[in-house]
Amino acid sequence: MTSLNNLAVYSDYFVAALLIGGALFMLVGSWGLAKLPDFYTRLHAPTKASTLGMGATLLGSLVWFSVQEESLHIHELVISIFLFLTAPVSAYMMGKAAIHRRRPMAEGTRNAEEAERAAERKGINDRDD
Amino acid sequence: MKRLLPMPWHSVMLIAVWLLLNGFSYGQLVLAVILAWLIPILTYPYVRGHAPVKKPLAMMTYSLRLLYDIVVANVDVARRVVLPNRYLKPGWLAYPLSMTEPFPVTLLASSVSLTPGTVSVEFSEDRTCLYIHVLHLEDEKELQAFIFKRYEQPLKEIFGC
Repeated sequence: MTSLNNLAVYSDYFVAALLIGGALFMLVGSWGLAKLPDFYTRLHAPTKASTLGMGATLLGSLVWFSVQEESLHIHELVISIFLFLTAPVSAYMMGKAAIHRRRPMAEGTRNAEEAERAAERKGINDRDD
Repeated sequence: MKRLLPMPWHSVMLIAVWLLLNGFSYGQLVLAVILAWLIPILTYPYVRGHAPVKKPLAMMTYSLRLLYDIVVANVDVARRVVLPNRYLKPGWLAYPLSMTEPFPVTLLASSVSLTPGTVSVEFSEDRTCLYIHVLHLEDEKELQAFIFKRYEQPLKEIFGC
């Protein structure tokens, strides 16, 4: 019985660490959305930092409910897999829309001419340089 | 058989995911079986002719490595978000693709979006080139070699193309 109680105590610390870590990453992701210089750099913050934040939170939930109810809770794992599958697609759609509408880029963006090529959808073989 | 059950593995997956999400009961099992039978019939026309996975084991190691890379990339991006903007060197990369199969290319684009500070944004019309926005671009050649070695090469092996 004591070993089981110990498990519950340790899992509390573990879950707390996961929740705080996840919340921190989501905070950074949302802050990045506000502070990064242009549309394209802002795409990075929610696709990456928030994905990990969400993943950590879900893992915390998985451990918590598995220990509390003493049965394996797999929902959260499935949800995080769906998240990993969908985040790049929405980022791709937004990036594609931005590039074709020629949203302005932050000053000093390197290889900006590549973005122009992408907007015209030219391949490497029909370069004009 | 092919018409009634076009993608047996997908059907098994659907039943498993449905039961995992809803909890097991006989009612849910019946619903899962019905959905697992109907959804593949509806979606089969979209995936017909796609390159099949030739090496499922390599696919597993690829997924695990991707998971690890996602964590590393996340920490890296979080660090760059916290640092002031003046240290940021955003840039574009036209990544030359050496495969054309739509499904592996989609996986590559998604992997690139989830990992090293890059988001794939557009393909060229002839699909020879993937345009990538990089949050912090140091060296184009190095990044290109990294993506090829870590993602494109394994994907080519997995799908045998």
